[in-house]
Amino acid sequence: QCMTSNISNLGLWESLSACEVCADGNALFHSQVVCWRAVASIAWSVLLLPPTTAVFTFFSKFSFLHPIQTISECISLMTSASAIFSLILVLKDLILSLFSVIPTIACSKIALLAQLLHPRQLVNSLLHCIMGVIVAWCCGVTMGFRYESLGYPCPQSDGLPLMCLNEYQLILLLLGAFVGFSHSLLGVMHNFNYISFHTVQQYKYHRFKGALPLVARCSVTQALYSVRNFVVLYFFLGHVPRAWICQTLNLQLNRSALDSISGLLDFTLLYHLWISATFFLFLWYITLLLFRIFVTEVHSFPVQSSFTDDTPQCLPTVLAEKQPMILKFLALQDLALLSQHSLARRCEVFSLSQPGGHAHNWNAISKECLSLLADLTQRLQAYHDTIATNGRTKSLSSGSERKSSSETSGIFTNNVDLRSLVGEPLTAPFTPDLVSPFASPALRRLATVVDPGSPWYGTVQSPHIMRRGPKLWSTSTGDQSTFLEKLGSYFFKTKTFFFLCVTQVKNFLSKRVLVTYLFNKLPEASSQALFADSQAHIWALEGLSYLVQASFSEDHFGVVQTTLPSILSSMLLLQEAVDRHFKLPHASSKPSRSTSSMEESTYKTLRFALRATLKTAIYRITTTFGDHLKAVQISAEHRKRLQQFLEYKE
Amino acid sequence: MEATVTPQRYAFLSVFFRRDGGLTGLLNEITNSHTEGRHVNNVVCFSLPLSSGCVLALLRWVSSFHGSLFPHLTLSSEDMIAEFSQVLNWSDCVVRAFSWHPHADKFAVALLDDSIKIYNPKSATTPTLKHRLQRSIAAVQWKPLCASALAVACQNCLLVWHVDPCSLSTRPSSGCAQVLSQPGHSPVTSIAWCPSGSLLVSSSPVDTAMIVWDVAAESGVPLQRVGGGGVTFLSWSPDGSHILASTPSALFRVWETRMWTCERWPCVKGRCQSGCWSPDGSRLLFTVQSETVIYSLTFTDIPGPQAAAVVADLSETAFSTPDGDIIVGGEIQSMAWDLRGERLAVLLKDRPAIIAVFKTRASPIFELLPCGFVQGEPGAEPRLMQFHPNFRDGALLTVCWSNGKITHVPFYFLSASFPQLSFVGKPSPPRLQDGAADFTNQSLFTELIS
Repeated sequence: QCMTSNISNLGLWESLSACEVCADGNALFHSQVVCWRAVASIAWSVLLLPPTTAVFTFFSKFSFLHPIQTISECISLMTSASAIFSLILVLKDLILSLFSVIPTIACSKIALLAQLLHPRQLVNSLLHCIMGVIVAWCCGVTMGFRYESLGYPCPQSDGLPLMCLNEYQLILLLLGAFVGFSHSLLGVMHNFNYISFHTVQQYKYHRFKGALPLVARCSVTQALYSVRNFVVLYFFLGHVPRAWICQTLNLQLNRSALDSISGLLDFTLLYHLWISATFFLFLWYITLLLFRIFVTEVHSFPVQSSFTDDTPQCLPTVLAEKQPMILKFLALQDLALLSQHSLARRCEVFSLSQPGGHAHNWNAISKECLSLLADLTQRLQAYHDTIATNGRTKSLSSGSERKSSSETSGIFTNNVDLRSLVGEPLTAPFTPDLVSPFASPALRRLATVVDPGSPWYGTVQSPHIMRRGPKLWSTSTGDQSTFLEKLGSYFFKTKTFFFLCVTQVKNFLSKRVLVTYLFNKLPEASSQALFADSQAHIWALEGLSYLVQASFSEDHFGVVQTTLPSILSSMLLLQEAVDRHFKLPHASSKPSRSTSSMEESTYKTLRFALRATLKTAIYRITTTFGDHLKAVQISAEHRKRLQQFLEYKE
Repeated sequence: MEATVTPQRYAFLSVFFRRDGGLTGLLNEITNSHTEGRHVNNVVCFSLPLSSGCVLALLRWVSSFHGSLFPHLTLSSEDMIAEFSQVLNWSDCVVRAFSWHPHADKFAVALLDDSIKIYNPKSATTPTLKHRLQRSIAAVQWKPLCASALAVACQNCLLVWHVDPCSLSTRPSSGCAQVLSQPGHSPVTSIAWCPSGSLLVSSSPVDTAMIVWDVAAESGVPLQRVGGGGVTFLSWSPDGSHILASTPSALFRVWETRMWTCERWPCVKGRCQSGCWSPDGSRLLFTVQSETVIYSLTFTDIPGPQAAAVVADLSETAFSTPDGDIIVGGEIQSMAWDLRGERLAVLLKDRPAIIAVFKTRASPIFELLPCGFVQGEPGAEPRLMQFHPNFRDGALLTVCWSNGKITHVPFYFLSASFPQLSFVGKPSPPRLQDGAADFTNQSLFTELIS
């Protein structure tokens, strides 16, 4: 009875929090679609708790020598109220607002660090720690034995009964906190909050069944790593929390301390720690898995409705809305599926409005899809342009070293003027002149090591970049530079300043190694970030191309024909932009092998999927229409491109 | 400690121990370290080999039990490919796999030396594809709605080549190939592309799961169903709605591709050897090993109890020819149906291997009429055949022979569904090497409209 009330309390609390979040969004409809899914997933994970705990209890009590005793113990434990009570306090880390369909991709280590140190993330980590401690305590109570309480009465030499610290429970609680904390950190680093959609639609049961072995394997291995790290940490720093606990709770230390090699090499202890860590991680992963499965389930939106009240729930309306993202994604997924599988719903898309005869449905859908594609094209072009302009200024700056400094910068970046001033080839202050014979080899090496990785140059890798490196720490405002110029010319008279300079620069650069490490762009991150929400574009492309293909035989009013030129041209434009993007030096042409873990790595391969889908989409249209496409009004350049597709030469 | 990979794998254990062979190898090693005769006094060191030996014995017992349930698991991977391939006598066949491009006029041929050649009449170069992982090719297939991608089923993995049609290179580098592999999923004996070009399905006789690949992302979703012991042959219906997946035991499944659920179809006698779909995906013709008949199944929207109907009996029959009587008939190795649904070619296995061709008609009622036989040069037997996917003037059957020749056999006819075709300026009707009497007027099977 205790259990049921608590479970219902928990469920209610979670659903309330879920719906609170939902209420921010699009009122009732959103709550219907998304909240119910969240609640259902939580309900299922709560329902799965008893069997999980049964397995955990079985493993924690298992002994080779007394199998029957183990089973009977487990059964008695499972039925006993205290054990069941301990189940329920397993709280979930479902904070809905943290989940998103678009991954956040940190482009450099410093951005990742900023994410980790974000106040919200700190609170999240703290919550995870607390939950970890609570779950660990529950595990301790369930396992019984020596993990049950933090203190125990121990006889003292002078006869007074005193409470002593039970270090076994302390180590278990600390492990809980550690696992919770590392789980939340890994969650940020591996984008646990990212929800990806699957290309293969399956019923929830089959998806869950298929993913269960993976979850079990992941939690077991992750627990192993966590326990290893924790044991090492406890070995070195274990005395700090122990002393603190002893002091706060006024407990005595009786037994020999556990943070020694002999204390930690207790196999039973390690086994129990590992089993407990596996249990927490398994619970968390299962919740995550269920949530992902429920949220990404296909929702069928009506294409049109005869009642105006239902218009906000119709596909064209939902597609056009910007927020919430999840609903838009679901609508696009539904569009891609209906265009592929459902004849009746396609007919609704191609139909005309009853009074007036306008193709509202098709117009709204195609407009939204085309704007999505145009948006991506624009983004790619902008990215390409920034890189291209970077390249141009770079080549200018390297090529125009002999030009006057008036147009570019002051003394800190351009040493030509100063050389002419002084009349001898001297190195300007703060500017490591790499060709200068005065620069030490160490400095030269440092400069070459540091500069290519500078954050401001993105992932462009060209030899020119080293020339621009010094600009990083230069300021070049007008009057300041003239003042400094004068100052500089004074200083140049003294030779000692040169050495001072060199040492200064050296110091500065050596300090910057850490900075460069932090600011170093992670490989491919910018490309991943650019295509982060490409799942939407993939669906838009699929939906459009399947609808156009179907229109060849199903579109009786010719509504698609009017938009066919714009569809083709926007697809070809996107194709051009994507091709150009993949020709950039940093964009690898093949996806890296994904590791099998709970980490959702789909976002890493989205750009490849987009490229393939785009090509297939154009081929789908050209194959269906064939030579009829010659009658479509498009520009000559695009016509040439289409001809390539018609001849299967792309 | 080097783990040895045993040839027989435990398909159901591989679900749990994906790196199969690793555990067995480890246990083997531990057990052998004891029997090598080292002096062991320590209790732990003594009990470890003992217990691992016990576990190993248990595993072996389970695997032998499993092997007796599914005898094919004891075969080596080459034998397994030969057993389940659609090619007749795969192991000594010069042409091991063949595939027409679904849209353009070019084809890929996999040869005995594990290389693949791509022939295109419009280009002077014939690219040769070689890769160190490309061994024992069981099947090749071009990706639909794409000019360049070619999927290759190999012994240990699945390769997807990207051969640029405009490139002049004759040896594309192995960097042009994507390697798709999953532990426990080899040898790959069958592959099938989704007709809309987005997904690729692969199967292996040792893996009870067939894998649906998103090739661009290199990610695979295993679709696991217990029973059957593996998946040997896949065929995706031309409309993309269904997939036939046959297993090594007397059972095959038909998957629908929207929600990826399957129907189980148990057979009475043997495993499903081959199958092909009508163009609209509503009818499946299949053959069963050790039977000489062709079955038909229809897939309509109306659910209900169904049974496969026998549509043709190909048991041994004597035909009198000018050269003397010949006996034709027997078990069926493979079947091919042209994409208009007008000609069905059936490759018969036994003495002599021969291709029988039927005329088919889907509406108003399903009809199967004998049309003739395709024979090669004396001494050459057909090994592999495929219809050209878009031959304008009828159907074009490409046959690979045991002597390494590839011939194209055109069938010119006026299609019922494409009446606009005319015979103006057509070359003379093909010289079919018919060894049999004309059965055109005699209906072998006609389905009654109920």
